[in-house]
Amino acid sequence: MTTISDPPKASFQLSMLIYDTRFRSYTFQFIALILLMLLLGYLGANLMRNLSDQGQNISFRFLQEPANYDINQRPIAYDSQSSHLRASIVGVLNTLIVAFLGCLTATVLGVVAGVLRLSPNWLVRKLMAVYVEAFRNVPVLIWILIIFTVMTAVMPAPSAFRGENATASMLFDAVAFTNRGVYVPAPVWGEGSMVVVLTFLASIVGVFAYRRYATRLLYETGRLLPMGWPSLAILFVPSILVHFVMGQPVTLDYPALKGFNFGGGLHIRGSLIALWFALAIYTGAFIAENVRAGIQAVSRGQTEAAASLGLRPNRIMNLVILPQALRVIIPPLISQYLNLTKNSSLAIAVGYMDVTGTLGGITLNQTGRAIECVLLLMLFYLTISLAISAVMNVYNKSIALKER
Amino acid sequence: MSRDNIAFVRTHMLPESPPPAAERGAVKWLRENLFSSVGNTVLTLVAAYVVIMLVVSSAPWFYNGIWDSPSLSACREMLDGRTGACFAVLTERWNQLLFGFKYPPALYWRPTLAFVLLFVALAPVLFYRYMPRGLLILTGLYPFIAYWLIWGGSLMVPVFALLGVLAGALVYRRMLTVSAGVAVLAGIVAAMVVWWAAGRVTPSLADVMALQPVASRDMGGFMINLMLGVICVSLSLPFGILLALGRQSSMPIIKWICVVFIEFIRGVPLITLLFVANVVLAYFLPPGTTFDLILRVIIMITMFASAYIAEVIRGGLAALPRGQYEAADSLGLDYAQAMQFVILPQALKISIPGIVNVAVGLFKDTTLVSIISMFDIVGMIRGPILASTEWNGVYWELFGFACVLFFITCYGISQYSQWLERELRTDHR
Repeated sequence: MTTISDPPKASFQLSMLIYDTRFRSYTFQFIALILLMLLLGYLGANLMRNLSDQGQNISFRFLQEPANYDINQRPIAYDSQSSHLRASIVGVLNTLIVAFLGCLTATVLGVVAGVLRLSPNWLVRKLMAVYVEAFRNVPVLIWILIIFTVMTAVMPAPSAFRGENATASMLFDAVAFTNRGVYVPAPVWGEGSMVVVLTFLASIVGVFAYRRYATRLLYETGRLLPMGWPSLAILFVPSILVHFVMGQPVTLDYPALKGFNFGGGLHIRGSLIALWFALAIYTGAFIAENVRAGIQAVSRGQTEAAASLGLRPNRIMNLVILPQALRVIIPPLISQYLNLTKNSSLAIAVGYMDVTGTLGGITLNQTGRAIECVLLLMLFYLTISLAISAVMNVYNKSIALKER
Repeated sequence: MSRDNIAFVRTHMLPESPPPAAERGAVKWLRENLFSSVGNTVLTLVAAYVVIMLVVSSAPWFYNGIWDSPSLSACREMLDGRTGACFAVLTERWNQLLFGFKYPPALYWRPTLAFVLLFVALAPVLFYRYMPRGLLILTGLYPFIAYWLIWGGSLMVPVFALLGVLAGALVYRRMLTVSAGVAVLAGIVAAMVVWWAAGRVTPSLADVMALQPVASRDMGGFMINLMLGVICVSLSLPFGILLALGRQSSMPIIKWICVVFIEFIRGVPLITLLFVANVVLAYFLPPGTTFDLILRVIIMITMFASAYIAEVIRGGLAALPRGQYEAADSLGLDYAQAMQFVILPQALKISIPGIVNVAVGLFKDTTLVSIISMFDIVGMIRGPILASTEWNGVYWELFGFACVLFFITCYGISQYSQWLERELRTDHR
């Protein structure tokens, strides 16, 4: 902060390095740099000596060797003969899967809870306060373990679904909650289903086109078209029609008891569910607080001004309050997404094979290459968080209030 | 019009009549808060149904709870088919949950005493407006006393550590007239010299006032969570302030060192840093050095917390109007004085909620050490207790207990921070 410059002196003296504000900052930076170099050099020298003492080296060749372990959730083809690299990629994909599902669910939960915390209804308000406080003040690891326990110890075994007097039954004959995970119907893409999918994609485009058309019509003629139900209709009706016209190419594969376990359908493991929901509920509590703060940050005068212009309550929300609240909500929301992604590394506690479980867990233990594995692991998370920060900076710049 | 030809004039005020029955008391409150509209009424009924169902279905579990039983099977026998909790696991494993399974039972009084003293030491800081300043000496002494109580060993170790700190502080004071940076360096050197000298003398004084030493690996339970939380938060505050100041610095090299450190630490999950503490850190130390896992974990968690606290404080620094910096400069204060008397007191005040959030988050994150096989409260529950033959299968009582412990601590901390914010509010509103 100090920018005072002393009167120039005739000759340079050594003591000026400390006393003269013009040189002092260089002295300090030089000392800091030397200390940093010394520290890094010291750590590096120790590393070299330790490695040579134990006959090890730094090499990433182990990534090409067969992994020799199995992964229970495989988004891409993988078997125990695949390389460690492939195992890590499976782990990365699993991390991204749980992070995506978690962020989605957390947003829904958080927005609902945040809005309900401002509800005029006392009971609902208090219930939501209890939810937020209960989840914000207890470690997420404990919540993961609790939900995992529900999934493994409380749910019935597949054998409970068998026989005349079965103690458990499937929900709607389609979803089975067992202690080995949840079985849900899986879609089967039969011949001609491409057409259905393409129709659906086209309807998504159609929805946007309709909305643009409605907005333009509003601005040009002042005529207001309904937005809600036509969007929904455009989204679903054509696909359903095409589906029946094509002779129902997309079918569902229902899970059914086969032998000792369920077969068919989509198997969602207990570990994924535990991680997914624990992260979502935990992060949702934080998002709820952000949403509440964001809505409260919009001053009451805005609502009143909009009302005095003659806007109806839902249009006040959509056109006046939300755009201003989102400016406050979105930056912390994104950092909550980041936290959720980083917290998904707790997967290792319930045996979900994310990148911490494969690269930082089994691969590390099998190959003993601790430095390389931990380094790669950190690089992965660092890349994700730097990428998200970059996106956030761009967003912040784009929404920053243009002042003066 | 004269006064006489008016038919009726009221000469005194009527007494106030009460508001209509629907507009007062509980009825009004109910109508406005619970049944103001159809939608609201439906919400109320649904919410009330959920609450009642929860209470009704969990009440017998609490009500029938068994508090005294040697094992889960015995407890189930006592329950005789009724729904009920086996809180007996908490009473039977109480010490394990709090102190771990290896801490010598005869010495439980030492961590307990340290815990009680923690409040004595914290009170002058937490309620500094209502306590005499002199009590802050207790706070300063506490770390050394607590170390001695928890780890045991000769009293000389903490005493020499304290002497080193005092020597450093003294030299810092003396050198402050030269320059703040020089004073800090000189203070550190002085403390180092004292510690080095003490290291030469300590072995011969190993029996002076010695308590029975307890190794770090013998500690466990909630004690570890509390220790890690308290130690790491208090260590990370000064580091966080330094990092934040460094990041705001006009010296590019120092600024970039701080930026890289902060962004790196904030970009990776704590668990990877704990992996570093567990398996990698040993590679970077001179061959043959063995130091405690708990110490390594403290180092890594402190680094982690410092980076987060630095960001919070940077926010506080950025929120200060530029005029404050300029005013300090125009008073002729140098950098250290400006920071100490003008900038930091205001910036830290703004940062309190953020710092408390970091502290609470960090305290919750101390449970992660159970993943690198340390037996903190989660590690104790998952390991020795749930794996034992007596208590295999008793989940809810244990996890519920851990939840309650964390909730009480974290909720307490956040309530305190809200109180402090109100207390420090100096603007007039």
